[in-house]
Amino acid sequence: MEALISGFFNLQILAEAAPYLLRGLGMTLLLCAVAIPLGVVGGMALALMSTVNSRLVRWSAIVYTDFFRAFPPLVLLLFIAYGLPFLGFKPPPFVAVAIAFLLNTSSYYGEILRAGIESVSAGQHEAARATGLSRWQSLRWVVLPQAIRNVGPDLVSNTLEAVKLTAIASVVALPELLYVARQVQSVTYNATPVIAAGIIYLLLLWPLVRLLSRYERQAVQIH
Amino acid sequence: MNNLVDTFFNLAVMRQYLPQVIQGVGVTVLLAAAVVATGLVLGFVLAVLRSLRIKPLTLLIVLFADVFRAVPALVILIIIYFALPTVGIRMSGFVSAWLGLSLVLAAFAEEIVWAGILSVPRGQWEAARATGLGVGQCMRLVVLPQALRLTVAPLTNRAIVITKNTALASVLAVGEILYQAQAGYAFSYNPSPLTLGAIAYLILFIPLVWLGRWVEGRFAWKR
Repeated sequence: MEALISGFFNLQILAEAAPYLLRGLGMTLLLCAVAIPLGVVGGMALALMSTVNSRLVRWSAIVYTDFFRAFPPLVLLLFIAYGLPFLGFKPPPFVAVAIAFLLNTSSYYGEILRAGIESVSAGQHEAARATGLSRWQSLRWVVLPQAIRNVGPDLVSNTLEAVKLTAIASVVALPELLYVARQVQSVTYNATPVIAAGIIYLLLLWPLVRLLSRYERQAVQIH
Repeated sequence: MNNLVDTFFNLAVMRQYLPQVIQGVGVTVLLAAAVVATGLVLGFVLAVLRSLRIKPLTLLIVLFADVFRAVPALVILIIIYFALPTVGIRMSGFVSAWLGLSLVLAAFAEEIVWAGILSVPRGQWEAARATGLGVGQCMRLVVLPQALRLTVAPLTNRAIVITKNTALASVLAVGEILYQAQAGYAFSYNPSPLTLGAIAYLILFIPLVWLGRWVEGRFAWKR
């Protein structure tokens, strides 16, 4: 027990690590603030592409979505971080991570939003057009609000995954929360910083996890 | 263009590292299968235990599910592999990855199965009990068959997500696809082994992406 406390919950080491961990948390939040909006916008673009008449456009959206959903994000990230320099472009870690996240999360958001748009019956769109709304207005005011509400739980779930995903940026030495915690761990030979990082993630994401449980329960309560 | 082919699709390099990557495919498949089997069974058992509604037990299960859903899988793997040894608990990279990813899948599976169990109206329990079935029989013969049908789609998707997380095991030096590809890249200083790894992932996971979409349509979250 003694060893567990001094090895995992060592307050002295926590105090030393705290400033670094906070800086790491800042980087994690910055990464989320960049990657998640990019992913949502990219996903929305993909979902809208799947509604147009041109078969070419629809199919390219589907191929893109399936391609990037099949890749483990870490594989994508390493491919970009290690591969791009051979093309004469050496991205700073933050840019490499942002590109990988954009490709990965946009494909997931795209799939979810596409399913949402498909869940709104065609009659809604036709009725909206019949009242004189343009194609875009019908999408903006009639179809999308219902589509987004229908896939709310999936959007929450995917956002949770996207935030957690930022931890893989540590593998390419971006100084986010996990990377910083591991650095401090290797200097102090003590696991407290990594445990603290885990607790920070838990506090950060607990509300989302609770919300997800509520949604999952509601989803099956409607008979 | 020639340069691009030589860099990313260098056949000589690919031929040299193909055996290692194929070996990696075996490890990835084994790890994924072990994680899916353990995680789903554990999640299922926890959900059934939760339905006994024993207060302290429920509290522990909810705490477990929340922690392992909120903390990124990579952080969990790093704690198991790099932090537990400091208190004398040592496991190989493969076992650490298997344990960590199984716990993550179990946490998500527990919540999904629990939502499924809750969806069966109380009257069904009461009616089944009134006909003389015991609590266990009632669970096994009446509640679970209805609950599980609802959980097929979300459980399949969760299982697919977790199999992609096997790439994280490369951080623990488990010789799966990504680790082998990275090693090949480091030895040859040519990204072709990474391309090979990426192709291996596509071959493994594109069918799973399609399976997920099919299951989603076939067993939607509704009755």
